[in-house]
Amino acid sequence: MSSTARLDKQAPASPTPATKEHRTVRKQGFADRTAGYVFLLPWFAGIAIFTIGPLVYSLYLSFTDYNLLQSPSWVGFANYHQMFTADPRFMHSVRVTLTYVVVVTPVKLALALGVAMLLNRRRRGIGMYRSLFYLPSLLGTSVAVALVWRSLFSQGGAVSNGLASLGLPKTDFINDPSWALPAIIVLACWQFGAPMVIFLAGLKQIPSELYDAVDVDGASKWERFRHITLPMLSPVIFFNVLLETINSFQAFTPAFVISGGTGGPADSTLFYTLYLYQKGFTDFQFGYASAMAWVLLAAVAVLTALMFKVSRVWVFYGDGGNR
Amino acid sequence: MSARTAPALPGGTAAARRNPGRRAGRTVLWHVGVVVIVLVVIYPVVWMLGTSFKPATEIVTSNRPWPLHWTLQNFPDGWHANPGVSFGKFFVNSLFISVLAVVGTLLSCSFAAYAFSRLEFRGRSVLFAGMVVTILLPYHVLIVPQYAIFKQFGWINTDLPIIAPKFLATEAFFIFLMVQFMRGIPREIDEAARIDGCGPYRTFLWILLPLTRPALITSAIFSFIWTWNDFFTQLVYLNDTDKFTVPIGLSLFVDQTGSTSYGPMMAMSILALLPVFLFFLAFQRLLVDGATSSGLKG
Repeated sequence: MSSTARLDKQAPASPTPATKEHRTVRKQGFADRTAGYVFLLPWFAGIAIFTIGPLVYSLYLSFTDYNLLQSPSWVGFANYHQMFTADPRFMHSVRVTLTYVVVVTPVKLALALGVAMLLNRRRRGIGMYRSLFYLPSLLGTSVAVALVWRSLFSQGGAVSNGLASLGLPKTDFINDPSWALPAIIVLACWQFGAPMVIFLAGLKQIPSELYDAVDVDGASKWERFRHITLPMLSPVIFFNVLLETINSFQAFTPAFVISGGTGGPADSTLFYTLYLYQKGFTDFQFGYASAMAWVLLAAVAVLTALMFKVSRVWVFYGDGGNR
Repeated sequence: MSARTAPALPGGTAAARRNPGRRAGRTVLWHVGVVVIVLVVIYPVVWMLGTSFKPATEIVTSNRPWPLHWTLQNFPDGWHANPGVSFGKFFVNSLFISVLAVVGTLLSCSFAAYAFSRLEFRGRSVLFAGMVVTILLPYHVLIVPQYAIFKQFGWINTDLPIIAPKFLATEAFFIFLMVQFMRGIPREIDEAARIDGCGPYRTFLWILLPLTRPALITSAIFSFIWTWNDFFTQLVYLNDTDKFTVPIGLSLFVDQTGSTSYGPMMAMSILALLPVFLFFLAFQRLLVDGATSSGLKG
């Protein structure tokens, strides 16, 4: 995959390698030009029925009042208006979700980068450690782990008892409005393994010659990190930030399981997705839920665009190109 | 990785490299440090395992993760925790959905990946970009209209809303993963097949698909684990107890408050995660590499 001299043309450890060769061999495709569409047939059907269709339909529904039983009745912008002016629970769910995203993304990624740097050396057992750190990312979204968290952090749970044995007051995290969300945040950060393995692969791509060069100049550890590791790793950091942010907006299962579906105590874990679920599938306000879905979509789209824009300032692609 | 792009070793100062004794000390220190972090990270899993073998009286009174008196009673208790329907039914339902999801995903996504990575047609790059965007699309945006549509089809309270989309390549992430892999397969192989008279269809079936096997295995395992662990979709679409899957069955434990149910609850949680653990043990390298090369979430 890699060609010779890697020094001057350091490919970013991006998750999209190997785009070069298919461009050069482009002309050699099959004469049968319809085959492409034939192979894409299931995907075309899927995207029409399960993605684009529903997207358009929900945009329409968001301007209606719809409870599944009667046909939708047009209400204009009433759903959107109510959301931002007359629904304190909606605004609250936005705050809860933003708090979660703003805390989880940097903390989880800092953990991931820290452990990745710790593991980035040639030692025995690296493969095993890497796998063990990755394990929580495979388990983390399951109901089973959410139940474990609920038990660990509730009254008499191991975390509460452990803190008590350190002389701290006993806390029933799960039923305390100021501690339930932090417990869920810890659960999210526990899954740092997924971004970690990506960081680790990125770190391995940094040529050691760069470090040797600054060592000659007598650089400190911090300077090595600040002036070599960070810039060389910035494409991978950007990728992880983007992915973690978008994922964090969609957290649902832990909040649902830990609060028993209520978003409690006192709405402290009322995530946006959880409130959307309640509006749609317990209150059957499908119009309102659709409007919420579109606000989420718009927010994620704007944020993604913004992150790409800002990335031009701080993400360093070794070859000077912009991806 | 070849020796040419030798990984940099931060922290390995020249002095440490020259002094073997100090170097060994650092290695031991490093292992101790990493093992401590591993223990903290793995603790919840160990606790889950230990608790599933603890008698009810011991769970609240002791902080020890493993039991003092071992018991198996939690497993039958948890298995029959829901009156009427046992976890056996939930496991059968989950297995059915997950296996079909894997079959559908592998078929439809490998078709799409072949088209995107190997075939020439108008609008390919635009469609590919569109496909990548759908990976980032939050699923919660689609659930309400999808529910309304499936209701029209009469699919509510059946497995179809969960399985049917998989056969139409809605898990775009796996298309991306397979495209990445197929692009790494030398074009000369297709060329040779073409010269020997293979059309695009036979080339796919007999040449490319067998060569894509590692990516197919990775996709199959992730697809299985994701569907197996998925809660949201199953919660929305399955209403009757005898249709419930393992995640919904587990969530029923939340209603039974009090730490007396911890044992059975953790026993069933362990069983629920057992397939994930087994896949992890058998394929950890493949899984971690898959997660690395494509940045996928667990």
